[in-house]
Amino acid sequence: MSSESQTSGEVPVLELRQLCKSFGGLQATREVTLRIMPGDRQAIIGPNGAGKTTLFNLITGIYPVTSGQVLLFGQDVTKWPSHKRTAMGMARTFQVTHLFPGLTVLDNVLLAIKGLRRSKFVMWRFLSSYKEVYDKAYHLLEQAGFLDRKDLEVRNLSHGEQRQLEIVLGLASDPKILLLDEPAAGLSSGESTDMAKFLMKLDPKLAILLIEHDMDVVFDVASQISVLHFGQILETGTPKQIHSSAKVQEIYLGTD
Amino acid sequence: MVSTNVKILIVAVGLLAFAYIVPQSGSFVVLLATRAMAFAILAMSVDLLLGFTGMSSMGQAAYFGVGAYLTAVLATKFHFGMGWDFWLVVVMGILIGCALAALFGLFAIRAGGVYFLMITLALGQCVWGLAYRWNSLTGGDNGINMSGRPNFGLDLGNEVTFFYLVFAFFAVSMILLYVLVRSPFGRSLAGIRERELRMQILGYNTWLHKYIAFVIAGGFGGLAGVLWAHTNGHVSPETVVLTTSVDSLLMVVLGGAGTLVGAAIGTAIVFGLREFLSTLVPWWQYALGGVYVLTILYLPMGLMGIPSRFRQRTQSKDEGAKKLASKPS
Repeated sequence: MSSESQTSGEVPVLELRQLCKSFGGLQATREVTLRIMPGDRQAIIGPNGAGKTTLFNLITGIYPVTSGQVLLFGQDVTKWPSHKRTAMGMARTFQVTHLFPGLTVLDNVLLAIKGLRRSKFVMWRFLSSYKEVYDKAYHLLEQAGFLDRKDLEVRNLSHGEQRQLEIVLGLASDPKILLLDEPAAGLSSGESTDMAKFLMKLDPKLAILLIEHDMDVVFDVASQISVLHFGQILETGTPKQIHSSAKVQEIYLGTD
Repeated sequence: MVSTNVKILIVAVGLLAFAYIVPQSGSFVVLLATRAMAFAILAMSVDLLLGFTGMSSMGQAAYFGVGAYLTAVLATKFHFGMGWDFWLVVVMGILIGCALAALFGLFAIRAGGVYFLMITLALGQCVWGLAYRWNSLTGGDNGINMSGRPNFGLDLGNEVTFFYLVFAFFAVSMILLYVLVRSPFGRSLAGIRERELRMQILGYNTWLHKYIAFVIAGGFGGLAGVLWAHTNGHVSPETVVLTTSVDSLLMVVLGGAGTLVGAAIGTAIVFGLREFLSTLVPWWQYALGGVYVLTILYLPMGLMGIPSRFRQRTQSKDEGAKKLASKPS
Protein backbone atom coordinates (compact mmCIF):
# COMPACT_ATOMS: atom_id res chain seq x y z
CA MET A 1 0.00 0.00 0.00
CA SER A 2 2.98 2.34 0.15
CA SER A 3 3.29 4.58 -2.86
CA GLU A 4 6.56 4.72 -4.78
CA SER A 5 7.49 8.16 -3.45
CA GLN A 6 7.60 6.94 0.13
CA THR A 7 10.44 4.57 -0.63
CA SER A 8 12.65 7.09 -2.41
CA GLY A 9 13.83 8.78 0.80
CA GLU A 10 12.35 12.20 0.06
CA VAL A 11 11.36 14.52 2.88
CA PRO A 12 7.60 14.40 3.42
CA VAL A 13 5.77 17.62 2.59
CA LEU A 14 3.65 17.18 5.66
CA GLU A 15 4.09 14.85 8.57
CA LEU A 16 1.92 14.44 11.66
CA ARG A 17 3.31 12.60 14.68
CA GLN A 18 0.92 11.37 17.37
CA LEU A 19 -1.14 14.50 17.05
CA CYS A 20 -3.73 14.95 19.83
CA LYS A 21 -6.26 17.65 20.56
CA SER A 22 -8.73 17.85 23.42
CA PHE A 23 -11.47 20.40 23.93
CA GLY A 24 -12.03 20.04 27.65
CA GLY A 25 -13.04 16.43 28.09
CA LEU A 26 -13.64 15.82 24.40
CA GLN A 27 -10.75 14.21 22.58
CA ALA A 28 -11.25 15.49 19.07
CA THR A 29 -7.98 14.15 17.66
CA ARG A 30 -6.21 11.06 18.99
CA GLU A 31 -2.69 10.06 18.06
CA VAL A 32 -3.00 10.87 14.39
CA THR A 33 0.13 10.00 12.44
CA LEU A 34 0.30 10.77 8.76
CA ARG A 35 2.89 11.33 6.04
CA ILE A 36 2.24 13.19 2.80
CA MET A 37 4.95 13.04 0.14
CA PRO A 38 5.31 15.50 -2.78
CA GLY A 39 2.58 14.89 -5.32
CA ASP A 40 0.55 12.60 -3.05
CA ARG A 41 -3.19 12.80 -3.33
CA GLN A 42 -4.58 11.72 -0.02
CA ALA A 43 -8.15 11.91 1.18
CA ILE A 44 -9.48 11.82 4.72
CA ILE A 45 -12.99 10.54 5.07
CA GLY A 46 -15.09 9.90 8.11
CA PRO A 47 -18.55 10.46 9.49
CA ASN A 48 -19.67 13.88 10.71
CA GLY A 49 -17.90 14.84 13.91
CA ALA A 50 -14.98 12.49 13.28
CA GLY A 51 -12.57 15.42 13.72
CA LYS A 52 -11.62 16.04 10.13
CA THR A 53 -11.85 19.82 10.16
CA THR A 54 -10.25 19.92 13.61
CA LEU A 55 -7.31 18.04 12.13
CA PHE A 56 -7.03 20.67 9.39
CA ASN A 57 -7.16 23.44 11.96
CA LEU A 58 -4.30 21.80 13.82
CA ILE A 59 -2.25 21.39 10.65
CA THR A 60 -2.79 25.02 9.64
CA GLY A 61 -2.19 26.41 13.12
CA ILE A 62 -5.64 27.79 13.83
CA TYR A 63 -5.92 25.67 16.99
CA PRO A 64 -2.97 24.97 19.27
CA VAL A 65 -2.24 21.25 19.55
CA THR A 66 -2.54 19.43 22.87
CA SER A 67 0.33 17.07 22.15
CA GLY A 68 2.21 15.67 19.20
CA GLN A 69 3.99 17.32 16.31
CA VAL A 70 3.28 18.88 12.94
CA LEU A 71 6.18 18.92 10.47
CA LEU A 72 6.30 20.77 7.16
CA PHE A 73 9.19 19.72 4.90
CA GLY A 74 10.83 18.04 7.86
CA GLN A 75 10.68 21.15 10.03
CA ASP A 76 8.75 21.18 13.28
CA VAL A 77 6.10 23.90 12.91
CA THR A 78 3.88 22.78 15.81
CA LYS A 79 4.09 26.14 17.57
CA TRP A 80 4.13 28.34 14.48
CA PRO A 81 1.33 30.79 13.62
CA SER A 82 -0.69 30.17 10.46
CA HIS A 83 0.92 32.84 8.32
CA LYS A 84 4.40 31.39 8.79
CA ARG A 85 3.20 27.93 7.81
CA THR A 86 1.67 29.41 4.67
CA ALA A 87 5.02 30.98 3.88
CA MET A 88 6.57 27.50 3.85
CA GLY A 89 4.24 26.41 1.05
CA MET A 90 1.01 25.32 2.68
CA ALA A 91 -2.41 26.49 1.56
CA ARG A 92 -5.92 25.52 2.52
CA THR A 93 -9.53 26.05 1.65
CA PHE A 94 -12.42 26.10 4.08
CA GLN A 95 -15.48 23.91 4.39
CA VAL A 96 -17.57 27.00 4.98
CA THR A 97 -16.58 29.48 2.30
CA HIS A 98 -14.05 31.98 3.65
CA LEU A 99 -13.67 34.60 0.96
CA PHE A 100 -13.69 38.39 1.13
CA PRO A 101 -17.36 38.92 0.34
CA GLY A 102 -17.29 42.70 -0.05
CA LEU A 103 -14.31 42.72 -2.42
CA THR A 104 -14.24 41.91 -6.11
CA VAL A 105 -13.07 38.57 -7.49
CA LEU A 106 -9.92 40.27 -8.75
CA ASP A 107 -9.21 41.86 -5.36
CA ASN A 108 -9.64 38.48 -3.67
CA VAL A 109 -7.02 36.93 -5.92
CA LEU A 110 -4.68 39.94 -5.60
CA LEU A 111 -4.75 39.67 -1.82
CA ALA A 112 -4.03 35.97 -2.08
CA ILE A 113 -1.02 36.56 -4.33
CA LYS A 114 0.32 39.36 -2.14
CA GLY A 115 0.14 37.22 0.99
CA LEU A 116 3.66 35.87 0.71
CA ARG A 117 5.36 38.91 -0.76
CA ARG A 118 7.26 41.46 1.23
CA SER A 119 5.62 44.24 -0.76
CA LYS A 120 2.43 43.60 1.20
CA PHE A 121 3.74 46.20 3.65
CA VAL A 122 4.23 48.92 1.03
CA MET A 123 2.05 51.95 1.83
CA TRP A 124 3.30 54.63 -0.53
CA ARG A 125 2.41 53.09 -3.85
CA PHE A 126 -0.92 52.01 -5.33
CA LEU A 127 -1.50 48.28 -5.49
CA SER A 128 -2.61 48.83 -9.08
CA SER A 129 0.96 49.80 -10.02
CA TYR A 130 2.19 46.22 -9.46
CA LYS A 131 1.81 44.96 -12.99
CA GLU A 132 3.36 41.56 -12.39
CA VAL A 133 0.90 40.80 -9.56
CA TYR A 134 -1.98 41.78 -11.81
CA ASP A 135 -0.64 39.61 -14.63
CA LYS A 136 -0.48 36.65 -12.31
CA ALA A 137 -4.00 37.33 -11.03
CA TYR A 138 -5.33 37.50 -14.60
CA HIS A 139 -3.52 34.28 -15.41
CA LEU A 140 -5.05 32.47 -12.42
CA LEU A 141 -8.50 33.84 -13.19
CA GLU A 142 -8.19 32.82 -16.80
CA GLN A 143 -7.21 29.27 -15.89
CA ALA A 144 -10.20 28.99 -13.60
CA GLY A 145 -12.50 30.64 -16.13
CA PHE A 146 -13.30 33.63 -13.93
CA LEU A 147 -11.89 36.39 -16.11
CA ASP A 148 -15.29 37.64 -17.25
CA ARG A 149 -16.47 37.94 -13.65
CA LYS A 150 -13.35 39.58 -12.20
CA ASP A 151 -15.10 42.82 -11.24
CA LEU A 152 -18.07 41.21 -9.50
CA GLU A 153 -18.21 41.38 -5.74
CA VAL A 154 -17.70 37.89 -4.41
CA ARG A 155 -20.93 37.93 -2.40
CA ASN A 156 -22.79 38.07 -5.73
CA LEU A 157 -21.25 34.83 -7.00
CA SER A 158 -23.15 31.55 -6.84
CA HIS A 159 -22.19 29.02 -4.20
CA GLY A 160 -20.49 26.79 -6.76
CA GLU A 161 -18.45 29.68 -8.09
CA GLN A 162 -17.41 30.64 -4.58
CA ARG A 163 -16.23 27.07 -3.92
CA GLN A 164 -14.04 27.23 -7.02
CA LEU A 165 -12.71 30.64 -6.08
CA GLU A 166 -11.72 29.18 -2.69
CA ILE A 167 -9.35 26.86 -4.52
CA VAL A 168 -8.07 29.63 -6.78
CA LEU A 169 -7.13 31.62 -3.65
CA GLY A 170 -5.42 28.53 -2.27
CA LEU A 171 -3.37 28.15 -5.44
CA ALA A 172 -2.40 31.82 -5.62
CA SER A 173 0.50 31.39 -3.20
CA ASP A 174 2.03 28.58 -5.34
CA PRO A 175 1.73 26.07 -2.51
CA LYS A 176 3.48 22.71 -2.37
CA ILE A 177 0.69 21.22 -0.35
CA LEU A 178 -2.95 22.12 -0.61
CA LEU A 179 -5.44 21.21 2.11
CA LEU A 180 -8.97 21.06 0.74
CA ASP A 181 -11.78 21.01 3.28
CA GLU A 182 -14.80 19.58 1.48
CA PRO A 183 -14.36 21.41 -1.82
CA ALA A 184 -17.60 19.91 -3.11
CA ALA A 185 -19.69 20.83 -0.06
CA GLY A 186 -23.13 21.96 -1.16
CA LEU A 187 -22.46 21.45 -4.86
CA SER A 188 -24.89 19.75 -7.19
CA SER A 189 -23.73 16.44 -8.70
CA GLY A 190 -22.85 18.13 -11.99
CA GLU A 191 -20.86 20.78 -10.19
CA SER A 192 -19.00 18.14 -8.12
CA THR A 193 -17.97 16.36 -11.30
CA ASP A 194 -16.60 19.68 -12.60
CA MET A 195 -14.81 20.17 -9.30
CA ALA A 196 -13.22 16.70 -9.49
CA LYS A 197 -12.05 17.42 -13.04
CA PHE A 198 -10.68 20.77 -11.93
CA LEU A 199 -8.73 19.09 -9.11
CA MET A 200 -7.35 16.38 -11.37
CA LYS A 201 -6.01 19.02 -13.73
CA LEU A 202 -3.82 20.59 -11.02
CA ASP A 203 -0.04 20.33 -11.14
CA PRO A 204 0.89 16.67 -10.42
CA LYS A 205 3.79 17.80 -8.18
CA LEU A 206 1.31 19.50 -5.83
CA ALA A 207 0.44 17.36 -2.81
CA ILE A 208 -3.22 17.42 -1.88
CA LEU A 209 -4.84 16.45 1.39
CA LEU A 210 -8.56 16.31 0.88
CA ILE A 211 -11.52 16.05 3.21
CA GLU A 212 -14.63 15.12 1.30
CA HIS A 213 -18.01 13.53 1.77
CA ASP A 214 -18.72 13.16 -1.92
CA MET A 215 -17.29 9.68 -2.59
CA ASP A 216 -17.23 10.19 -6.34
CA VAL A 217 -14.87 13.13 -5.90
CA VAL A 218 -12.75 11.18 -3.40
CA PHE A 219 -12.40 8.13 -5.63
CA ASP A 220 -11.60 10.30 -8.64
CA VAL A 221 -8.99 12.48 -6.99
CA ALA A 222 -7.31 10.49 -4.22
CA SER A 223 -4.81 7.67 -4.55
CA GLN A 224 -4.76 7.08 -0.78
CA ILE A 225 -7.62 7.27 1.66
CA SER A 226 -7.47 7.47 5.44
CA VAL A 227 -10.59 6.86 7.49
CA LEU A 228 -11.02 8.99 10.57
CA HIS A 229 -13.39 7.89 13.31
CA PHE A 230 -13.70 9.58 16.72
CA GLY A 231 -10.48 11.45 16.02
CA GLN A 232 -8.49 8.31 15.26
CA ILE A 233 -7.18 7.02 11.97
CA LEU A 234 -8.89 3.66 11.60
CA GLU A 235 -7.49 2.53 8.33
CA THR A 236 -5.42 3.79 5.40
CA GLY A 237 -5.39 2.31 1.92
CA THR A 238 -6.13 2.69 -1.74
CA PRO A 239 -9.68 3.59 -2.73
CA LYS A 240 -10.30 -0.05 -3.62
CA GLN A 241 -9.11 -1.36 -0.27
CA ILE A 242 -11.16 1.21 1.62
CA HIS A 243 -14.20 0.50 -0.47
CA SER A 244 -14.08 -3.18 0.37
CA SER A 245 -12.98 -2.88 4.00
CA ALA A 246 -15.60 -4.36 6.31
CA LYS A 247 -14.61 -2.10 9.19
CA VAL A 248 -15.03 1.02 7.08
CA GLN A 249 -18.33 -0.14 5.70
CA GLU A 250 -19.57 -0.70 9.19
CA ILE A 251 -18.85 2.81 10.43
CA TYR A 252 -19.10 4.86 7.33
CA LEU A 253 -20.51 3.44 4.19
CA GLY A 254 -23.34 1.65 5.97
CA THR A 255 -23.74 -2.03 6.71
CA ASP A 256 -26.55 -2.82 4.31
CA MET B 1 -20.13 53.68 -12.86
CA VAL B 2 -18.15 56.79 -12.06
CA SER B 3 -14.48 56.13 -12.66
CA THR B 4 -11.91 56.68 -9.93
CA ASN B 5 -10.33 59.60 -11.76
CA VAL B 6 -13.64 61.43 -11.93
CA LYS B 7 -14.15 60.86 -8.21
CA ILE B 8 -10.70 62.25 -7.42
CA LEU B 9 -11.46 65.25 -9.62
CA ILE B 10 -14.74 65.90 -7.80
CA VAL B 11 -13.00 65.79 -4.42
CA ALA B 12 -10.17 68.06 -5.62
CA VAL B 13 -12.61 70.61 -7.04
CA GLY B 14 -14.67 70.43 -3.86
CA LEU B 15 -11.60 71.07 -1.70
CA LEU B 16 -10.43 73.99 -3.83
CA ALA B 17 -13.90 75.53 -3.83
CA PHE B 18 -13.98 75.12 -0.05
CA ALA B 19 -10.58 76.82 0.32
CA TYR B 20 -11.74 79.62 -1.95
CA ILE B 21 -15.18 80.30 -0.49
CA VAL B 22 -14.60 79.96 3.26
CA PRO B 23 -12.09 82.83 3.73
CA GLN B 24 -14.60 85.20 2.16
CA SER B 25 -17.38 84.29 4.57
CA GLY B 26 -16.43 86.09 7.75
CA SER B 27 -14.26 85.17 10.70
CA PHE B 28 -16.89 83.03 12.41
CA VAL B 29 -17.14 80.66 9.45
CA VAL B 30 -13.35 80.63 9.02
CA LEU B 31 -12.82 79.56 12.63
CA LEU B 32 -15.60 76.98 12.43
CA ALA B 33 -14.13 75.53 9.23
CA THR B 34 -10.65 75.46 10.77
CA ARG B 35 -11.93 73.57 13.81
CA ALA B 36 -13.83 71.16 11.60
CA MET B 37 -10.79 70.43 9.43
CA ALA B 38 -8.54 69.78 12.42
CA PHE B 39 -11.16 67.41 13.78
CA ALA B 40 -11.68 65.86 10.35
CA ILE B 41 -8.08 64.61 10.42
CA LEU B 42 -8.99 62.71 13.60
CA ALA B 43 -12.18 61.43 11.96
CA MET B 44 -10.23 60.18 8.94
CA SER B 45 -7.83 58.34 11.25
CA VAL B 46 -10.88 56.71 12.83
CA ASP B 47 -12.09 55.78 9.36
CA LEU B 48 -8.77 54.07 8.63
CA LEU B 49 -9.53 51.80 11.59
CA LEU B 50 -13.31 51.50 11.34
CA GLY B 51 -13.96 51.68 7.62
CA PHE B 52 -10.86 50.06 6.21
CA THR B 53 -9.69 47.66 8.91
CA GLY B 54 -13.01 46.95 10.64
CA MET B 55 -11.84 47.98 14.11
CA SER B 56 -14.18 50.31 15.98
CA SER B 57 -11.90 52.26 18.29
CA MET B 58 -13.56 54.14 21.13
CA GLY B 59 -10.35 55.76 22.28
CA GLN B 60 -9.09 57.96 19.46
CA ALA B 61 -9.49 61.03 21.69
CA ALA B 62 -6.43 59.79 23.62
CA TYR B 63 -4.03 60.43 20.72
CA PHE B 64 -5.84 63.65 19.86
CA GLY B 65 -5.51 64.65 23.52
CA VAL B 66 -1.80 63.93 23.94
CA GLY B 67 -1.10 65.90 20.76
CA ALA B 68 -3.11 68.83 22.06
CA TYR B 69 -1.67 68.72 25.60
CA LEU B 70 1.86 68.38 24.26
CA THR B 71 1.37 71.53 22.21
CA ALA B 72 -0.20 73.46 25.06
CA VAL B 73 2.31 72.39 27.71
CA LEU B 74 5.30 73.16 25.47
CA ALA B 75 3.85 76.52 24.51
CA THR B 76 2.93 77.71 28.00
CA LYS B 77 5.63 76.13 30.19
CA PHE B 78 8.61 76.28 27.82
CA HIS B 79 7.45 78.79 25.26
CA PHE B 80 8.39 76.21 22.68
CA GLY B 81 6.68 75.89 19.35
CA MET B 82 5.62 79.50 18.95
CA GLY B 83 8.06 80.25 16.14
CA TRP B 84 9.54 78.08 13.42
CA ASP B 85 9.78 75.33 16.05
CA PHE B 86 6.03 74.92 15.51
CA TRP B 87 7.05 72.42 12.86
CA LEU B 88 9.03 70.47 15.45
CA VAL B 89 5.93 70.37 17.63
CA VAL B 90 3.96 69.00 14.68
CA VAL B 91 6.50 66.20 14.29
CA MET B 92 6.55 65.59 18.04
CA GLY B 93 2.74 65.55 18.13
CA ILE B 94 2.65 62.89 15.41
CA LEU B 95 5.35 60.88 17.17
CA ILE B 96 3.70 61.02 20.58
CA GLY B 97 0.40 59.94 19.01
CA CYS B 98 2.20 57.03 17.34
CA ALA B 99 4.05 56.14 20.53
CA LEU B 100 0.92 56.08 22.66
CA ALA B 101 -0.92 54.04 20.03
CA ALA B 102 2.05 51.68 19.87
CA LEU B 103 1.73 51.15 23.61
CA PHE B 104 -2.07 50.89 23.70
CA GLY B 105 -2.09 48.73 20.61
CA LEU B 106 -0.21 46.03 22.47
CA PHE B 107 -3.24 45.63 24.72
CA ALA B 108 -6.04 46.42 22.31
CA ILE B 109 -5.12 44.60 19.09
CA ARG B 110 -5.21 41.20 20.79
CA ALA B 111 -8.98 41.51 20.99
CA GLY B 112 -11.58 41.89 18.30
CA GLY B 113 -15.03 43.39 17.94
CA VAL B 114 -16.69 44.63 21.10
CA TYR B 115 -13.69 43.69 23.23
CA PHE B 116 -11.44 45.88 21.14
CA LEU B 117 -13.94 48.68 21.58
CA MET B 118 -14.06 48.23 25.36
CA ILE B 119 -10.27 48.10 25.74
CA THR B 120 -9.73 51.22 23.63
CA LEU B 121 -12.47 52.93 25.61
CA ALA B 122 -10.83 52.04 28.92
CA LEU B 123 -7.38 53.13 27.74
CA GLY B 124 -8.83 56.37 26.42
CA GLN B 125 -10.40 57.03 29.80
CA CYS B 126 -7.02 56.49 31.45
CA VAL B 127 -5.66 59.38 29.42
CA TRP B 128 -8.66 61.47 30.33
CA GLY B 129 -8.10 60.62 33.99
CA LEU B 130 -4.49 61.77 33.75
CA ALA B 131 -5.48 65.01 32.09
CA TYR B 132 -8.08 65.61 34.78
CA ARG B 133 -5.96 64.72 37.79
CA TRP B 134 -2.39 65.70 36.91
CA ASN B 135 -2.91 69.29 38.00
CA SER B 136 0.69 70.41 37.89
CA LEU B 137 1.11 69.47 34.25
CA THR B 138 -2.35 69.75 32.73
CA GLY B 139 -4.02 72.34 34.90
CA GLY B 140 -6.64 69.80 35.90
CA ASP B 141 -10.24 70.64 35.15
CA ASN B 142 -9.39 74.20 34.11
CA GLY B 143 -7.07 73.03 31.40
CA ILE B 144 -4.42 75.20 29.81
CA ASN B 145 -4.97 78.56 28.18
CA MET B 146 -2.52 79.37 25.45
CA SER B 147 -1.62 82.90 24.48
CA GLY B 148 -1.57 83.45 20.77
CA ARG B 149 -0.52 81.27 17.86
CA PRO B 150 2.94 80.66 16.41
CA ASN B 151 4.53 83.27 14.22
CA PHE B 152 7.35 82.18 11.92
CA GLY B 153 7.20 84.77 9.20
CA LEU B 154 3.72 83.47 8.63
CA ASP B 155 1.58 84.96 11.37
CA LEU B 156 -0.80 82.19 12.32
CA GLY B 157 -2.60 84.65 14.60
CA ASN B 158 -4.32 85.75 11.41
CA GLU B 159 -7.42 83.54 11.15
CA VAL B 160 -7.27 83.22 7.37
CA THR B 161 -3.57 82.34 7.32
CA PHE B 162 -4.17 79.73 9.98
CA PHE B 163 -7.15 78.42 8.03
CA TYR B 164 -4.92 77.86 5.00
CA LEU B 165 -2.30 76.10 7.12
CA VAL B 166 -4.84 73.72 8.63
CA PHE B 167 -6.39 73.25 5.21
CA ALA B 168 -2.97 72.20 3.87
CA PHE B 169 -2.53 69.70 6.71
CA PHE B 170 -6.03 68.40 6.13
CA ALA B 171 -5.56 68.00 2.38
CA VAL B 172 -2.15 66.35 2.74
CA SER B 173 -3.53 63.98 5.40
CA MET B 174 -6.35 63.03 3.08
CA ILE B 175 -3.96 62.39 0.19
CA LEU B 176 -1.58 60.35 2.35
CA LEU B 177 -4.42 58.27 3.74
CA TYR B 178 -5.86 57.81 0.26
CA VAL B 179 -2.56 56.49 -1.06
CA LEU B 180 -2.29 54.31 2.03
CA VAL B 181 -5.69 52.66 1.62
CA ARG B 182 -5.05 51.99 -2.07
CA SER B 183 -1.59 50.54 -1.41
CA PRO B 184 -0.89 46.83 -0.95
CA PHE B 185 -0.84 47.43 2.79
CA GLY B 186 -4.16 49.27 2.69
CA ARG B 187 -5.77 46.51 0.66
CA SER B 188 -4.54 43.98 3.19
CA LEU B 189 -6.47 45.93 5.82
CA ALA B 190 -9.62 45.56 3.72
CA GLY B 191 -8.96 41.84 3.56
CA ILE B 192 -8.65 41.73 7.35
CA ARG B 193 -11.94 43.62 7.65
CA GLU B 194 -13.65 41.14 5.36
CA ARG B 195 -12.20 37.88 6.70
CA GLU B 196 -9.28 37.88 9.06
CA LEU B 197 -8.89 34.11 9.28
CA ARG B 198 -8.51 33.81 5.52
CA MET B 199 -5.84 36.50 5.59
CA GLN B 200 -3.85 34.49 8.13
CA ILE B 201 -4.11 31.41 5.96
CA LEU B 202 -2.95 33.45 2.97
CA GLY B 203 0.23 34.28 4.84
CA TYR B 204 -0.53 37.64 6.41
CA ASN B 205 0.47 38.33 9.99
CA THR B 206 -2.84 40.07 10.61
CA TRP B 207 -1.89 41.22 14.10
CA LEU B 208 1.05 43.16 12.71
CA HIS B 209 -1.01 44.76 9.96
CA LYS B 210 -3.67 45.87 12.42
CA TYR B 211 -1.01 47.12 14.82
CA ILE B 212 0.68 49.22 12.14
CA ALA B 213 -2.68 50.67 11.07
CA PHE B 214 -3.46 51.46 14.71
CA VAL B 215 -0.13 53.26 15.18
CA ILE B 216 -0.60 55.24 11.96
CA ALA B 217 -4.09 56.26 13.06
CA GLY B 218 -2.58 57.35 16.39
CA GLY B 219 -0.10 59.54 14.53
CA PHE B 220 -2.82 61.30 12.58
CA GLY B 221 -4.74 61.69 15.84
CA GLY B 222 -1.70 63.39 17.38
CA LEU B 223 -1.38 65.72 14.41
CA ALA B 224 -5.06 66.65 14.66
CA GLY B 225 -4.52 67.36 18.37
CA VAL B 226 -1.65 69.79 17.70
CA LEU B 227 -3.77 71.73 15.23
CA TRP B 228 -6.79 71.59 17.53
CA ALA B 229 -4.83 73.13 20.42
CA HIS B 230 -3.75 76.07 18.28
CA THR B 231 -7.21 76.47 16.78
CA ASN B 232 -8.92 76.87 20.13
CA GLY B 233 -6.07 78.31 22.17
CA HIS B 234 -7.37 76.18 25.01
CA VAL B 235 -6.90 72.53 25.98
CA SER B 236 -8.87 70.88 28.76
CA PRO B 237 -9.99 67.37 29.78
CA GLU B 238 -12.98 68.09 27.53
CA THR B 239 -10.59 67.51 24.60
CA VAL B 240 -9.78 63.99 25.74
CA VAL B 241 -13.18 63.02 27.07
CA LEU B 242 -15.06 59.97 25.80
CA THR B 243 -17.48 62.20 23.89
CA THR B 244 -14.67 63.25 21.56
CA SER B 245 -14.00 59.62 20.66
CA VAL B 246 -17.68 58.87 20.21
CA ASP B 247 -18.15 62.00 18.10
CA SER B 248 -15.34 61.04 15.77
CA LEU B 249 -16.79 57.56 15.40
CA LEU B 250 -20.30 58.87 14.69
CA MET B 251 -19.02 61.39 12.17
CA VAL B 252 -17.41 58.57 10.23
CA VAL B 253 -20.59 56.52 10.33
CA LEU B 254 -22.66 59.53 9.29
CA GLY B 255 -20.43 60.37 6.32
CA GLY B 256 -19.82 56.78 5.32
CA ALA B 257 -17.15 54.47 6.70
CA GLY B 258 -14.43 53.30 4.36
CA THR B 259 -14.45 56.38 2.15
CA LEU B 260 -12.18 58.97 3.91
CA VAL B 261 -14.12 61.76 2.18
CA GLY B 262 -17.17 60.59 4.12
CA ALA B 263 -15.33 61.16 7.39
CA ALA B 264 -14.60 64.74 6.34
CA ILE B 265 -18.18 65.34 5.22
CA GLY B 266 -19.55 63.82 8.41
CA THR B 267 -17.33 66.11 10.47
CA ALA B 268 -18.41 69.16 8.48
CA ILE B 269 -22.08 68.30 8.91
CA VAL B 270 -21.84 67.67 12.65
CA PHE B 271 -19.83 70.86 13.26
CA GLY B 272 -22.20 72.86 11.07
CA LEU B 273 -25.36 71.45 12.56
CA ARG B 274 -24.06 71.88 16.08
CA GLU B 275 -23.26 75.57 15.61
CA PHE B 276 -26.41 76.21 13.66
CA LEU B 277 -28.88 74.27 15.81
CA SER B 278 -27.45 75.31 19.16
CA THR B 279 -28.30 78.93 18.37
CA LEU B 280 -31.85 77.98 17.41
CA VAL B 281 -33.09 75.44 19.93
CA PRO B 282 -31.96 74.24 23.35
CA TRP B 283 -32.65 70.60 22.44
CA TRP B 284 -30.26 70.55 19.48
CA GLN B 285 -28.51 67.44 20.79
CA TYR B 286 -31.68 65.45 20.24
CA ALA B 287 -31.81 66.62 16.65
CA LEU B 288 -28.24 65.45 16.15
CA GLY B 289 -29.10 62.14 17.78
CA GLY B 290 -32.04 61.79 15.41
CA VAL B 291 -29.75 62.37 12.44
CA TYR B 292 -27.45 59.58 13.64
CA VAL B 293 -30.30 57.13 14.19
CA LEU B 294 -31.86 57.84 10.79
CA THR B 295 -28.49 57.44 9.07
CA ILE B 296 -27.80 54.09 10.68
CA LEU B 297 -31.32 52.85 9.94
CA TYR B 298 -31.71 54.04 6.37
CA LEU B 299 -28.17 54.70 5.14
CA PRO B 300 -25.90 52.06 6.68
CA MET B 301 -23.22 53.14 4.20
CA GLY B 302 -23.57 56.75 5.35
CA LEU B 303 -24.08 59.78 3.15
CA MET B 304 -21.39 58.55 0.75
CA GLY B 305 -23.54 55.48 0.18
CA ILE B 306 -26.32 57.47 -1.48
CA PRO B 307 -24.89 57.44 -5.03
CA SER B 308 -24.16 53.72 -5.00
CA ARG B 309 -27.63 53.11 -3.65
CA PHE B 310 -29.17 54.85 -6.61
CA ARG B 311 -26.79 53.08 -8.93
CA GLN B 312 -27.67 49.70 -7.48
CA ARG B 313 -31.35 50.37 -7.96
CA THR B 314 -30.96 51.20 -11.63
CA GLN B 315 -28.32 48.52 -12.15
CA SER B 316 -30.42 45.71 -10.67
CA LYS B 317 -33.21 46.71 -13.04
CA ASP B 318 -30.80 46.62 -15.99
CA GLU B 319 -29.29 43.33 -14.96
CA GLY B 320 -32.67 41.76 -14.39
CA ALA B 321 -33.67 42.70 -17.90
CA LYS B 322 -30.38 41.43 -19.30
CA LYS B 323 -30.65 38.12 -17.51
CA LEU B 324 -34.16 37.56 -18.80
CA ALA B 325 -33.03 38.39 -22.31
CA SER B 326 -29.96 36.16 -22.32
CA LYS B 327 -31.46 33.17 -20.54
CA PRO B 328 -31.47 30.15 -22.83
CA SER B 329 -34.93 28.65 -22.85
